[in-house]
Amino acid sequence: MKAIVTVMLKNGVLDPQGEAVKSALGGLGFFGVNSVRQGKVIELDLDEGTDPTQIHEMCNRLLVNAVIESYHLDIV
Amino acid sequence: MMRAAVVVFPGSNCDRDMVEALHQSGADVAKVWHKDAKLPQGLDLVAIPGGFSFGDYLRCGAIAAQSPICSAVVDHANRGGYVLGVCNGFQVLSETGLVPGALMRNSGLKFLCKTVGLTVETQDSAFTAGYSQGTEIQVPIAHHDGNFYATEEELKALESEDRVAFRYSDNPNGSISSIAGVLSTNRRVLGMMPHPERAMDAQMGSADGQALFRALVGQTIHA
Repeated sequence: MKAIVTVMLKNGVLDPQGEAVKSALGGLGFFGVNSVRQGKVIELDLDEGTDPTQIHEMCNRLLVNAVIESYHLDIV
Repeated sequence: MMRAAVVVFPGSNCDRDMVEALHQSGADVAKVWHKDAKLPQGLDLVAIPGGFSFGDYLRCGAIAAQSPICSAVVDHANRGGYVLGVCNGFQVLSETGLVPGALMRNSGLKFLCKTVGLTVETQDSAFTAGYSQGTEIQVPIAHHDGNFYATEEELKALESEDRVAFRYSDNPNGSISSIAGVLSTNRRVLGMMPHPERAMDAQMGSADGQALFRALVGQTIHA
């Protein structure tokens, strides 16, 4: 089984990289981009039947820094 | 004599400067490797140096914070031992939770390498007792991810408990409340982005870091 963890900066935390991407898009002539947020996707290839609570623990202990980030878990 | 250890991770690059600064200030210094599960016995201080531990993979300091030596560092801090984390060392300490907050990408997105003014915000710690509160000192910074962030709650606690050690005189990286260094609740763990170990000799641009190491080494001897 695969787990896909999408990590994003929390709302309200300034994302300087997203801001830079937004301004670069404007520079290329793409208008109407109101905001850009940059995050990361972590793909985990796991043993079948891995307990989702264990995946959440992986997120909380290593993959995500809860001070600044939030995450979304998809199991596929 | 005060006994200190400097932790070395793959990618640490300020470990020699840290050893030299502590040695010059009168400490007996050993280096410890990240795979060691134990610190030398009878240790007063652990210093975590700057660099790019584990290539800054995942998040700066995140992998280092999970290394065997870091559990020993957390135990040392919980026993009341002194811990100093500089630059990447600050990032590692924030990832272990020994100091609050997180270090994010600089707001200007550029790597910054220059000497900056820092205001000493409190004298009430072994690290800052050698300065007068409100003094401005000159210390180099060299980082890409030094933008300090803390939740509203953490920030309130830092301010009301007088745990902001240093503030930038002219905020270079977007840090919240211009914070450059913070203390733990027991005031024995300091995390700071600027490099006091690079400000040990006037010929190198500034000797303002000397007071930090002298006060730290001196106080620990008498503790």
